[in-house]
Amino acid sequence: MKTISDTWFMIMRQARNLMREPIWIALLLIQPMVWLILYGQLFKNVTKLGGFGTASYITFLAPAIVVMNAFFGATWSGMSMIYDLDHKIVERFLATPSSRLAIVLSQIVRSALTAAIQAIIILLVALALGVRVHTGAAGWAVIILAAILVNSAFAGLSQAIALVTRREATMIAVANFIGLPLLFLSTTMIARPQMPDWMQTAAKFNPVDWGVKAAREVVLPGTSWGSVGMYLMLLLALTAVTSACATWTFRVYQRSL
Amino acid sequence: MDAIVVNDLRKRYGEVQALDGVSFAVREGEVFGLLGPNGAGKSTTVRTLVTLTAPDSGSASVAGHDVAREQAAVRRLIGYVPQDSGVDELGTGRENLTLQGHVQGMGGRELRARTNELLELVGITDAANRIVKTYSGGMRRRLDIALGLVHRPRVLFLDEPTTGLDPEARVVMWAEVSRLARTESLTILLTTHYLEEADQLADRLAIVSQGKVVVEGTPAELKAGLRGDAVHVELENGAVADAARVLSGVGAAPEQVLDGRTIVSRVPNGGRALPGIISALEGAGIAVLSVSLSRPSLDDVYLHFTGRDFGTEDRAA
Repeated sequence: MKTISDTWFMIMRQARNLMREPIWIALLLIQPMVWLILYGQLFKNVTKLGGFGTASYITFLAPAIVVMNAFFGATWSGMSMIYDLDHKIVERFLATPSSRLAIVLSQIVRSALTAAIQAIIILLVALALGVRVHTGAAGWAVIILAAILVNSAFAGLSQAIALVTRREATMIAVANFIGLPLLFLSTTMIARPQMPDWMQTAAKFNPVDWGVKAAREVVLPGTSWGSVGMYLMLLLALTAVTSACATWTFRVYQRSL
Repeated sequence: MDAIVVNDLRKRYGEVQALDGVSFAVREGEVFGLLGPNGAGKSTTVRTLVTLTAPDSGSASVAGHDVAREQAAVRRLIGYVPQDSGVDELGTGRENLTLQGHVQGMGGRELRARTNELLELVGITDAANRIVKTYSGGMRRRLDIALGLVHRPRVLFLDEPTTGLDPEARVVMWAEVSRLARTESLTILLTTHYLEEADQLADRLAIVSQGKVVVEGTPAELKAGLRGDAVHVELENGAVADAARVLSGVGAAPEQVLDGRTIVSRVPNGGRALPGIISALEGAGIAVLSVSLSRPSLDDVYLHFTGRDFGTEDRAA
């Protein structure tokens, strides 16, 4: 109970701070729009290569951009933990009966909620651009859930890295190091049959691709709910692992004090 | 019952023995000062007492609860005002206080009333709805203290409460701390590297040096323990040995030598001994740059018990 209420209070604090600097919200949204609108237009003829399941590249791209955005957001989520560590905000909480778990969870949940809000905005823009989700409302829910899970899974990892390194510069390096490779080793921008064999194999083990596949599955016709469920379960399992990892590194941090 | 009991705490960080057997006790309701230069182990001691840091060995209890075994109980009963504030700069004073109250398990009308009461108590009501980033150093420190008090703790830890404040704000802060000790009926443990501050605020104090308590008592007791006035003789050419012999001859045997050129002696009555000291040195042909006489101060206490000059050591740290 205390963990849930403390997590809530800590998320509210972060949400409030984010609202105070609305420029961040704008910045967070510009990038996915660039991908969706500019990139989507630039490569609109790519579907002629075949294997995309639709003639509209933007329909193919939109659910993947939602997931990609959630993934990129997650790789940066550790920065906020480093800010709180540097400003001794974490220590202040540690000297109170506040839940230890809430300190880590609030960061992950805050990150996931941000991804969910961004997902909705991107989907609305996609809708305006003529993208239709084949499975309707259930499909929207799946896309948002995929965004939340991909974000939580990588946010857990990002938090763990933040707690181990405790340095912004290292965080930036790690985010850049894993960001683009995981993006390119997925079907985010291209249909699977158009990828080289070895990349197709690599994508199978890429959690970003799990999210992309689940989200895209509900947008295009011929939805296989079984594979949607499987990918979401895989992401849920990964989230559990990385969250546990973040919690464990938090204990390591506490012991180092 | 003692509010804080510290028994032989030891803690090592890599090569540094931060605590090397710290022991002391703080009575309920008193303001107790831990005095020492930076790096002496004051903050590590406090961090151990507020359950942030686990000691390698030794034990401590706060408000009757063991800091290692009964952490939850300790955390409910203490307020901790760390050296580096830990306030959320993007939040307002009121928001910071409310969040602190929430994680302390408070809420609703009780918390609102307490928040208002504290804002008033530390005198930042007018700035309550401003973002902390816009606060002055003194205001921010007062908010820090209010944060430590939200849940009406029994013991308050103030780690370097006035470091970084200008002298004027420091004097105001001293008055606040004294007032808090009375109005909130608190036991306060404060650390400081200002001798003046310990002298002003602390009912009793312990001098900490290199991870150990070297002496403990009331400021008056510690000063009285020195018996007599300090005479500092600064030599022009550093003929310390000769000068020491002369001084011993007139009943002012040297206690310490600072920087290889200033001899510190202790005499029962400085005013009466001074002419004799000066003429004896003159008679022996020893060139003297300055002679000064001082009533015992905590500076002298520090020097006496650690063999090191406080000012020099603190600057070096």
